[in-house]
Amino acid sequence: MLKVTFPRMGHSYIAFKMLMEEMGNEVVVPPRPSKRTLDLGVQHAPEFACLPFKILLGTYLETIEMGANTLVTSGGHGPCRAGLYAQVHHRIIQDLGHKVNMVCFEAPLRHPIDFLKKVNFLNSARLSYRAVYQAIKKGWHKLKALDNVERLTHKIRPRELVAGATSKVYRQVQLWLDQAKTYQEIDEAYHESVKALNNIPQDPDRMILKVGIIGEIYVLLEPASNQEIEEVLGNLGVEVERSIFLTGWTRDNLNKNSKDLVTCHEAAKSWIPVAIGGHGQDSVGHTVLYAQQGFDGVVQLAPFTCIPEIVSKTVLTRVSRKYNIPVLTFFLDEQTGKAGMATRLEAFVDLLRRKKLARLDTHPAVTS
Amino acid sequence: MSVATVGIPRALAYYIYFPRWRSFLNELGVNVVTSGLSNRQMLDEGVKEALAEACVPIKLYFGHVLSLKDKADYIFVPRLYCLNSKTLYCPKFLGLPDMIKHSLNHLPPIIDTMFNNRYKGFLARRTELAKSFFQLGSKFTNDKLKILKAFYRSLKTEQRYLELLQSGLLPNQAIAVLGGAKNVNIAYPEDSLKFAVLGYPYHLYDDFINVGVLTKLRRLGVQVVTTENLPPGILARQKHPYPKDMFWTFSDRAFRAALHFFREGRVDGIIYVTAFGCGPDAMVYRLIEMESKKYPHIPFMILMIDEHSGEAGISTRLEAFTDMVRRRKKGV
Ligand code: SF4
Ligand code: SF4
Repeated sequence: MLKVTFPRMGHSYIAFKMLMEEMGNEVVVPPRPSKRTLDLGVQHAPEFACLPFKILLGTYLETIEMGANTLVTSGGHGPCRAGLYAQVHHRIIQDLGHKVNMVCFEAPLRHPIDFLKKVNFLNSARLSYRAVYQAIKKGWHKLKALDNVERLTHKIRPRELVAGATSKVYRQVQLWLDQAKTYQEIDEAYHESVKALNNIPQDPDRMILKVGIIGEIYVLLEPASNQEIEEVLGNLGVEVERSIFLTGWTRDNLNKNSKDLVTCHEAAKSWIPVAIGGHGQDSVGHTVLYAQQGFDGVVQLAPFTCIPEIVSKTVLTRVSRKYNIPVLTFFLDEQTGKAGMATRLEAFVDLLRRKKLARLDTHPAVTS
Repeated sequence: MSVATVGIPRALAYYIYFPRWRSFLNELGVNVVTSGLSNRQMLDEGVKEALAEACVPIKLYFGHVLSLKDKADYIFVPRLYCLNSKTLYCPKFLGLPDMIKHSLNHLPPIIDTMFNNRYKGFLARRTELAKSFFQLGSKFTNDKLKILKAFYRSLKTEQRYLELLQSGLLPNQAIAVLGGAKNVNIAYPEDSLKFAVLGYPYHLYDDFINVGVLTKLRRLGVQVVTTENLPPGILARQKHPYPKDMFWTFSDRAFRAALHFFREGRVDGIIYVTAFGCGPDAMVYRLIEMESKKYPHIPFMILMIDEHSGEAGISTRLEAFTDMVRRRKKGV
């Protein structure tokens, strides 16, 4: 019997779990990355592997201890390292004496046969292709609901009257969505979640800062890898907008007035004209867009030695100056501590607040 | 019209592609200057200007570019994406012109021609490359025929360069020979040790970056072969058990060369040179290290270099390794 596990990236495991179970597999839910996860990863990964590589390796080793025998992940064809993760992970894990299957999904349009083979391998329930397709669609539906709920927490947390209220409700509603198995249940859980979050008592008059979060996808999506930066910022009265969600980036986030800027790649054109791997180009594009939308600041999250983010950071210094938008960068590694990060964030938020107040003083008519 | 001068930094891809670039530009009547050999001052300048988190070779590249500032009308910082329709370059190569343009001040105009023929068919591969060279050439002349001629001439030069490398020369020597120096092949005694030294070209052939690894080995009486000395067929033929090739040209070459040297078993030792903070290499050297366990009779060592690599430390490690190999070979 296949005991399936997969990388943990934020709340996406809730949707993947449902999908894998519907295909007839036992699922070992990857535990939230902890100090031990990272230690395991660091111990067995090459020194300059990027942080996500180390955390994922640690996660795989932990789930193997818990009985997992099949690792499911996604691939890619460069230019950055993520596409090679699976084979290097697999080799290191084999070298440690574990016999496991590694199922690495590549882009289905480029490799259709390979894709179907892998689907068949994981299809323990022998579902029809149609049924598999339906299950994937439903998983996506659930993921979208989860993403939307998370977006809502970003808006409510900075305005909550009781500190910690949003995070508490958020944990609760994630369970509701986890338990919902049909479209109807998912929709119901989603509406209840939105209601519960909107019911949190809020202070409508608080001065709220808006900060965009850009950077590498894994450290953006997995709170355990970024010391819960969204929560920390929320508690400081900052509404965050994260540039990456697995279910995509919605058009309505765009400034309605700027018709010519359609995508962040176009916004990045004059700085980094081609895709350089990872989300390097996106980081620059999003910063430009956030500045044009009047955000107060941008926080960049990047794993230590992250190649594309090193390129984007090099360019961002000038972008930040040109658009007059402060950018704070964190290169995260196994030594990054929550306290140190919080201190830097507090100072940054202070700076943004002072800037905003000065602006409001000189243009009293402009209110946020 | 006065003759334009193009500056080419003696760093990164220089060691592989410079002969071709120089020949192309010279053929168009353009004057080519290079930056000097890497030195402490360049590194210090680079460290000052580049991002602290960047790898040493990138910092050094910044230094090389700065040193050309007042010596050229243009600086050539190509955007190398893909030259063989398959493998790419490190994302830092892909964003190299952007990093240079947007963080260094008062530079002459940067020529950032993009070279990319990824996923192109047999013929399109060539035409895509030719297009890039036309773009580059049209900055200096409108004469299409002249550019075409320069393009073919540059291919020839590259061919000759590769032949020199495959005859056993290392890039710096081969570049010198192309420039008119005499071809001297050092003769090694029959029983001298022979090491394969692998790694990115700019980690290996920049004596400053690696604090003279190759020179030191020569002094220890060790004959050195590198990836560049192998005919391309040998590399292409190496099979590996992984679903995907390494994405990056230099990593792919290094990995295949390692497989070749282990399998063929004719060298006395293998040294892999890697740089502190190099992203792609982190994925490669561990695979090579694990591969090396299958060949316990061939000693293997990883040598990591960084901004602070001390002369003494590297010397000691090289001497110890060489001693060990020598003792083993004698069977004591
Ligand atoms: S984008 Fe960064 S974290 Fe992701 S594979 Fe590349 S270097 Fe690693
Ligand atoms: S391959 Fe390594 S050394 Fe070369 S530029 Fe990229 S990260 Fe730096």
